[in-house]
Amino acid sequence: MPVVLENLGKRFGDGAPVLDDVNASIAQGEFVALLGASGCGKSTLLNIMAGLELPTSGALEVPSDGAAFMFQDAALFPWLTARENIELALKLRGVGKAERRTKANELLDLVHLGGAGDKRPHELSGGMRQRVSLARSLAQDRQLLLMDEPFAALDAITRDLLHDELERIWKETGRTIVFVTHNVREAVRLGQRVLLLSSRPGRVVQEWNVTEEHRTDAGLAGQLTGVITARLREEIRRHAK
Amino acid sequence: MPNNPTPLAEAPVTGEVSGAEPETRKIHAALTRSSTGSEDLRELEAGLDSLQSDAARAARVDWSRILLPVAALVVLVLVWQFYVSLGLKRRDLVPGPLDVLGQFGTLWGDGSLQEAVWTSLQRGLIGFLISVAIATPIGLLLAQVAPLRRAFGPLISGLQVLPSVAWVPAAILWFGITDATVYFVVFMGAIPSIINGLISGVDQIPPQYRSVGTVLGANRLQMALQIVLPAALPGYLSGLKQGWAFSWRSLMAAEIIAVGGTIGFGLGSMLNQGRDLADMTIVMSAILLILAVGILIELLVFAPIEKRLLRRRGLLAGSTR
Repeated sequence: MPVVLENLGKRFGDGAPVLDDVNASIAQGEFVALLGASGCGKSTLLNIMAGLELPTSGALEVPSDGAAFMFQDAALFPWLTARENIELALKLRGVGKAERRTKANELLDLVHLGGAGDKRPHELSGGMRQRVSLARSLAQDRQLLLMDEPFAALDAITRDLLHDELERIWKETGRTIVFVTHNVREAVRLGQRVLLLSSRPGRVVQEWNVTEEHRTDAGLAGQLTGVITARLREEIRRHAK
Repeated sequence: MPNNPTPLAEAPVTGEVSGAEPETRKIHAALTRSSTGSEDLRELEAGLDSLQSDAARAARVDWSRILLPVAALVVLVLVWQFYVSLGLKRRDLVPGPLDVLGQFGTLWGDGSLQEAVWTSLQRGLIGFLISVAIATPIGLLLAQVAPLRRAFGPLISGLQVLPSVAWVPAAILWFGITDATVYFVVFMGAIPSIINGLISGVDQIPPQYRSVGTVLGANRLQMALQIVLPAALPGYLSGLKQGWAFSWRSLMAAEIIAVGGTIGFGLGSMLNQGRDLADMTIVMSAILLILAVGILIELLVFAPIEKRLLRRRGLLAGSTR
């Protein structure tokens, strides 16, 4: 198990706990969608897994070489071209200069951006930037890839395509992916397993398996989406008083 | 937790839902795989990419950029000539454009104009470059190490406000009438403003850049050189511009006050000479030359660098430059 979370808790200062008693384990090569309403600490949980923040209680087990991370906005460096952004990730990993170029071009090809390597981030569309960002996180060459609502700011057409794209790349590279989202449909579309996180404090309240049939059968996927949406709303309603 | 009715010990329901929860069986809109394969996906993405990217716009020469400043200059000289020809003031106190032009010719002829410009420019540039070399590491260090910044930040800001000409008497006492005096005053003017520019540039970096750096595995030095410094470049560049302005001003002040000794003949010295000879045409020639050097450095050095920097980062759209 590359990722094991045991009774994980997090609070900031003296405030109410953001995460409380989170338990989950994620298998090698698994694609897990972490679903929850706003304020459920999804991003905090992801940051803890990435080592950007420390938990205040409990234990977690993550790969010793750390995790690759993809942010909600592409977070590309504007002073570098698309290729140089990817090369920087390789450079900080210690890849030699000659190899960097070849590897960056391969990764650009992988995300179907072979011709856009010399463009700067501001010359790319939102979807292209997010693909460069995906290529950069793959350049980190970590088994575990953490994604924090990476498609939330994209238009619907682009998002649908990037779902296909991410699924394809996941299958090609065999990464373990934890994908945070507040979109039930997206969670069902991508995850092999959907974990629902409650809000304030965040903890895993329920989980569902998503099969290969759900990818192509809209009726089946719609039914599961309905079930998860109902459970999510029940969770939200608890905060109405 | 008090308001959480779901006991955690309860095993989560796994798997597809059977008929156990009839009220949740209504079907929602869902997403499924929408492309038919890798080739199809590649083609769709290529189409979308070309729809969503702007077509490259051809750059063209904008003549108004050259003609408007020239026209403004011509208007100013005409106004000056008109005022002089009204004859309200004595001609030796307010010389006309032609008188000053004549003096330019004389100064050019005996070589003192070239000497003054060259001496000052050389000093200004050398002083500025040394200031950059000193100020950059200090600025990075202060921006990255919080206790250092708390300790020295106010002092550096104070030094920037202190007119560097205030250092001239001290410098003369320490170094005599030598080039060292001039350089010292230039350093005291330029270094604090470059440091401050760099610090404010670093302060304006989006915090996410650092998170990305951390996630990509940058150590402290790599973070400073590969991420913080390039990210802070626009702010750093305005610090450099201001640093140059302070160098140039401090230099003129030092040259006016410290005359003689082993100090060569600079534009400040020319200004002082004009005052001693009570020759207003020399004074105005010197002022115009000092102004012209400032404008030329801005136009030929800083403006192109700044424009290139901003264009590469996509920050130029909508500006009036």
